Amino acid sequence: MKDLSLRALDAVTRGGVTYADVRAIDTRDREVTTKNGKAGHVSSSESQGVGIRVLAFGCWGFAATSDVSRQGVEAAAALAIEIARAGTLAKKHDVVLAPEEKYEATWVSPCAIDPFTIPVDRNLATLLAVDAELRRDAAISLAEASMHFTRERQVFVSTIGSLIDQTRTTSGAGFSALCYKDGEIQKRSYPNSFGGQFQLKGYELIDELDLASHAPRIAEEAIALHSADQCPEGTFDLIVDSSQLGLQIHESIGHPIELDRVLGTEANYAGMSFLTLDQLRRLRYGSDIVNVVCDARVEHGPGLGTFAFDDEGVPAQQTDIIRAGEFTGYMTSRETAAAVGEARSNGCMRADGWARLPLIRMTNVSLKPGEQSLDEVFGADHAIYMQTNRSWSIDDKRYNFQFGCEIAWEMRGGKRVRMLKNPSYSGISTEFWNACAAIAGREHWTLWGVPNCGKGQPEQVMGTGHGASPSRFRNIKIGGAYAG
Amino acid sequence: MPVDAAAVQDQVVRAAHAMGVDEVEAILSTSNQALTRFANNAIHQNVAELSSILSVRARIDGRTARASTNRLDPHAIRDVVEQAIAITRLTEPDEESLPMAEPAEYRAVDRWSEPTAQVTPHERARAVAEAIRAVESAGQTAAGIYSTDATEYTLMNSRGVRAGYRETMARFSITAMADGSSGWAKASACDHRDINPLDLALSAARKTTQSAAPRELPAGRYTVILEPAAVLDLAGQMFGDFSATAITDGRSFLNDRIGKQIFGANITIHDDAWHPLQSGAPFDGEGVPRKRLTLVENGVVREITYCRQAAAKAGVAPTGHGFPLPNEYGEAPANIVIAGGDSSVEKMIASTERGILVTRLWYIREVDPYEKIFTGMTRDGTFLVEGGQVTAGVRNFRFNQGLMEMLSNVEALSPAVRTSGEETFDMVVPAMLIRDFNFTEVTRF
Repeated sequence: MKDLSLRALDAVTRGGVTYADVRAIDTRDREVTTKNGKAGHVSSSESQGVGIRVLAFGCWGFAATSDVSRQGVEAAAALAIEIARAGTLAKKHDVVLAPEEKYEATWVSPCAIDPFTIPVDRNLATLLAVDAELRRDAAISLAEASMHFTRERQVFVSTIGSLIDQTRTTSGAGFSALCYKDGEIQKRSYPNSFGGQFQLKGYELIDELDLASHAPRIAEEAIALHSADQCPEGTFDLIVDSSQLGLQIHESIGHPIELDRVLGTEANYAGMSFLTLDQLRRLRYGSDIVNVVCDARVEHGPGLGTFAFDDEGVPAQQTDIIRAGEFTGYMTSRETAAAVGEARSNGCMRADGWARLPLIRMTNVSLKPGEQSLDEVFGADHAIYMQTNRSWSIDDKRYNFQFGCEIAWEMRGGKRVRMLKNPSYSGISTEFWNACAAIAGREHWTLWGVPNCGKGQPEQVMGTGHGASPSRFRNIKIGGAYAG
Repeated sequence: MPVDAAAVQDQVVRAAHAMGVDEVEAILSTSNQALTRFANNAIHQNVAELSSILSVRARIDGRTARASTNRLDPHAIRDVVEQAIAITRLTEPDEESLPMAEPAEYRAVDRWSEPTAQVTPHERARAVAEAIRAVESAGQTAAGIYSTDATEYTLMNSRGVRAGYRETMARFSITAMADGSSGWAKASACDHRDINPLDLALSAARKTTQSAAPRELPAGRYTVILEPAAVLDLAGQMFGDFSATAITDGRSFLNDRIGKQIFGANITIHDDAWHPLQSGAPFDGEGVPRKRLTLVENGVVREITYCRQAAAKAGVAPTGHGFPLPNEYGEAPANIVIAGGDSSVEKMIASTERGILVTRLWYIREVDPYEKIFTGMTRDGTFLVEGGQVTAGVRNFRFNQGLMEMLSNVEALSPAVRTSGEETFDMVVPAMLIRDFNFTEVTRF
């Protein structure tokens, strides 16, 4: 792969470029699912290719190919330059990059148990054991469980002279139980909805999740929701579990701080951001106890946004996003850092495989643990406690959001008094974070993985990390999804 | 990178046979995709991708699994066959598993445009530059994409299925922006000459001008005029439920509703792979020919899709809508055509005393799976209609709207057109005039 990368870089630099980088990538993937007592999707895949990014004539060009023969790579290199030249037909100014150091490094993500050494039949046995637990009550009409493993080795080379060899292994697993009866569908999931938990780990994650032991409770809750009361509509204190809060961070903080959105380059698809440049170090994003970081370093934890270098050769960093409630930073790239007065990128450029060019993407955007105990978080006189995302939606500038959850509980004096179905809450991003009244401590903090964040044209899917602990918010609008 | 699909697939069969496996399926897809992206009135991302994927499925004693690779040398082909067989042997048998599909006749479709396959980066850049100039001359800022793709797909199996399909596709999308307002337009076609980027740019710019200084209206029930892209992205969310497997699973809103009137009498929906404005292959993921289905007739649910396994279980014929095996979802419609009417957006505006004209919807997510309630936002061109005229732009709304209620409240339809949005796949749909649409919140812009 090193030879391939250097061969591609050589081919493109012979064409005359201001800057170029090449990513040669080899990806391996396994997906195993079960459904109602049977094997579902059982597949493995591998993909190899090379992506060539050039800066020539003041414009970017990018070409990718799975044909890694000499001829194929040279054709892609020539096409990348031709594409850059075509860009001059609609150019306003030359692209200028913030300076970056040259790095030579090899990095392999921590992985205690290589998931690809575990045979598929063992994967299936684990999932089918979960499935059997979920379907003990015939009221469960659909039981689904899944595991997903990926390993990606990337060799990055650039005309700066960097040569970075990174290998990342990720694992994910989860399950759900669905109950249809009497004209109503209810569903519960563990440890999170939409596939479960995903981290930068090996098979040890599967062992840690202890899937089977949670299956009976999840199935019982899916059935019990049918006889639960409808979540009331009104303004209440809201307690959010850490997985739902992870998605709240993703949508109402993570996306708005992408500097490319702020500068308009995602306007046609993902949209823009309410965090215009004049808001930096002025906006009260949250209450005094809200502290948020964007952190790709290993020290932050095994997140889907953890790496050693981003996809334009910038080392992993931690950036303060919200400090004691004040908005203090964006996620940047070498091209955009200067727009916020920074001399250097903070390392947030990531690409979805060899066939896509890097974009500013979330790494691990996390709410730091608070100082409250769990009793203090849950200790409000009256609150609604929501668990596990069911739906999520936010406007294209990231002001107005609405989330639905799988289950809620009415809480009085810290005690659950009744189960509630179809819960939802909505609001304006900054108003929500300014209403944050309590955040549980480190021992309740989990680094969640969102494996399916979409952005860019052609669309790219990226895994992002979000650490959070259960938190309480004052006077939140609840129940709007079923209003009217 | 010319690929001899027949030779590759022949190698798959021979390799499998040498490993003692006679039942094997190979899908080979090759694609050449290019996209020119612009923002702030300049091209800023400009990409091309050439790729091939060989996907092999083995079936052994009721077990099946799939392995894929993008390497096509003989060694890699043998490896992927070996991998498919290895994981198939480790999977669980399914007593309902069927032998692979038998050969069939396919009614041909022609969706390949050689000029579209040959569009160069400079041709795309010239069209983009012209569109940018049109928006810029209105004092606005343009962002968007112009893409051209060429894809070839062949599916064969050891029982004799040989199904091939190729398609070109062009897409142009543009957002025009000014202080406080924006407008959007998008089109797609198999032949890029059927798209007019300049017209789309002018349309987006007009909407931006018209929606300047948007007013804030209270949330509530409004008469709405949904342009085709808004109809597509919202109504398009429900079609995965027209699936026999989804109904068996209990995850479809059509449980206990087939044969019942759930929409207004003016709603008729077909799945029609041969419609002249449609795209996509005339066969499914197992190589079964697609059938034309009447999903909804005058508001009554008539037909649903069946993959081979679901069809065998139900004792009916498969409809040719199955996904490649193995999968958990079974099947779904792929070529939606919602029958139109004789109205038009202009006539709908003229007939509306007070209502909201919606260009597009965004971030649509399911709130309730059985009542089929969805939430989302309006975006890039939302207008107040008063006294039969567009009188102002308005701030964007959040909606929480049940689709059965919405499609029971349709008062007029335009002719159906090929429509491309961002929340679902392209379909052929009309604009709709709908009463009592449920806006629940207003955002800040």
